[in-house]
Amino acid sequence: MPADTVSVTGWGRTAPTVARLIRPRTYEEAVAAVRGCGVRGGIPRGLGRAYGDAAQNAGGAVFDMTGLDRIHAIDVDGGTVSCDAGVSLHRLMRVLLPLGWFVPVTPGTRQVTVGGAIGADIHGKNHHVSGSFSRHVLSLELLTADGEIRTVRRDTPLFDATTGGMGLTGVILTATVQLQPVQTSLMSVDTERARDLDDLMARLAATDDHYRYSVAWVDLLARGAATGRAVLTRGDHAPLDALREGTRARRDPLAFRPSRLPPAPAHLPEGLLNRRTVACFNELWYRRAPRARTGELQKLSTFFHPLDGVPHWNRIYGRGGFVQYQFVVGHGQEETLRRIVRRISEHRCPSFLAVLKRFGDADPGWLSFPLPGWTLALDIPAALPGLGALLDTLDEDVAAAGGRVYLAKDSRLRPESLAAMYPRLDAFRSLRAELDPRGVFVSDLARRLAL
Amino acid sequence: MKDAFGLPQSLLVLGGTSEIALATARRMIARRTRTVWLAGRPSPALEQSAAELRALGADVRTVAFDALDPESHEPALGKVFAEGDIDMVLLAFGILGDQAHDEREPLSAVRVAQTNYTGAVSATLVSASALQNQGHGSLVVLSSVAGERARRANFIYGSSKAGLDAFTQGLGDALHGTGVHVMVVRPGFVRSKMTAGLAEAPLATTPEAVATAIEVGLRRRSETVWVPGALRLVMSALRHAPRALFRRLPI
Repeated sequence: MPADTVSVTGWGRTAPTVARLIRPRTYEEAVAAVRGCGVRGGIPRGLGRAYGDAAQNAGGAVFDMTGLDRIHAIDVDGGTVSCDAGVSLHRLMRVLLPLGWFVPVTPGTRQVTVGGAIGADIHGKNHHVSGSFSRHVLSLELLTADGEIRTVRRDTPLFDATTGGMGLTGVILTATVQLQPVQTSLMSVDTERARDLDDLMARLAATDDHYRYSVAWVDLLARGAATGRAVLTRGDHAPLDALREGTRARRDPLAFRPSRLPPAPAHLPEGLLNRRTVACFNELWYRRAPRARTGELQKLSTFFHPLDGVPHWNRIYGRGGFVQYQFVVGHGQEETLRRIVRRISEHRCPSFLAVLKRFGDADPGWLSFPLPGWTLALDIPAALPGLGALLDTLDEDVAAAGGRVYLAKDSRLRPESLAAMYPRLDAFRSLRAELDPRGVFVSDLARRLAL
Repeated sequence: MKDAFGLPQSLLVLGGTSEIALATARRMIARRTRTVWLAGRPSPALEQSAAELRALGADVRTVAFDALDPESHEPALGKVFAEGDIDMVLLAFGILGDQAHDEREPLSAVRVAQTNYTGAVSATLVSASALQNQGHGSLVVLSSVAGERARRANFIYGSSKAGLDAFTQGLGDALHGTGVHVMVVRPGFVRSKMTAGLAEAPLATTPEAVATAIEVGLRRRSETVWVPGALRLVMSALRHAPRALFRRLPI
């Protein structure tokens, strides 16, 4: 089995550590890798889109699961797929869209694996309707620390520990997922602008239920009365009759043609994204959005995954990398959200990828992130002065409001803050202690946060 | 583990009574550090340093360590690493010596060289190997501008730091790609008990300023840090000054 000693980081490109990267091609190789991973343990890794240190394991093994990527069975009538955990959502879309099915939940990128989607219990723009990814997982097969492969069904402690468990209960080998039927590969999108944060929250709260997918891009560099101005994009899969007769789209309604630009260069100077450039971008982005437009047809990739069009877009932050901060606070904590947005805006964080969304009901994963309420996600260059201290104060605010930060994006949380944010952490720890007494599964994230 | 800003959760200080080291430890405890090991010769001063850091909320332990006894380094430091990962090792021990006295007493000059150079070589290698096994960690070595070019006034100390500086740079290159980050810190004149009673040099700095520079260096994953930063230019000029001129400079 090939094993290279390589430096590994998350998508944010901070805190590199070195590990043996092992790429199993069969279940037997995966079992052998877990049994022989040595004293510093191992952690599964998919396409490396977690921003922080979740799929790193300093001095130990990292299992690159993208070598296990077979789709086993598709139930075209019932709308389910059984596949290896290393299959990407991109591949699933390619295969399933022509059959009239779509993944139940997609994050802002197609470049995640099914295993990663379950391990981080990812959410998408449809969380307020469809919940997180794990809600649609019917069963999965888990390779545990003892080298055994177990079938894990819904409503069991091991299932709830594994969904959102950041790969720490074992290596997910396969999963069966319930799919979403679609008539076309296009999206029907309504766009509107909100002049400030209160306007934005009012619009989201009032009319989110009309849409399957909803998200708002927020300008966090706007100050004063414009603080939190935003562009809302909401929509649903376009029905067949929304496509005009005689067009290419109508003739081939389920075609999947993601657009793609050249990749970002490998070496870009530091500080390309600073307050001035990002403020310019934000101004343009806000101005170019229509005040209100309904029923626009967009490609799936334009609506869901605009950044996938630029491979390696994370390089634009330069060598210093960036930090992604995503938190959620419950309904009724709007004041906390306002305060945090104000703080970020006052600190002048050059963030051009800030997104606000209303979450629906939570799913049972013990370390699953979503809670019913408001979630804000933003990217910030790691070199921004005072950023660490700012985020520490935001953590305190979030925890005091009963909210939490997202582990799949975290690269800097303190272990002390974690227990308040994830009340079922103790159950998770004791399940791990029982299932994996030797601590075979461990990551840099787990070491940093004592998970 | 270090976080996205390079801040360590656990710190091992070699030379646990060094003022620069303690200023750095205080800074790190204020940020992320929860575990601190202070290695040094057992003394009331070492225990007092530990107590001071403990009061800031960290779990602080001391470990007996003598730079002049390289054979003890492996067992002493091995014990520390066996207790858990160390995210940052700060090599801070060193003695200034008394130039005039040491020129007359070769044995005490040798003691300066053995402490600052050979002792540091041994402790650094032991630490580097443990960090390499972890696959992560920063090794921060306190060098000095005195090592950049030996001066008439303190060439015994300066030469020991020159050796340490060159050794650390080479080690940093050797460890490139192993996950271990090696950083050389070159402070100028630092106001501390080590320099008490000496005439202050231009661009004098403080232990706290060195701590700040180390924090920034960790975030940037720097390989060389000058404190203050302007010394880089000053020393670059001095380095190229002709010998006949350099000898006459009032430094």
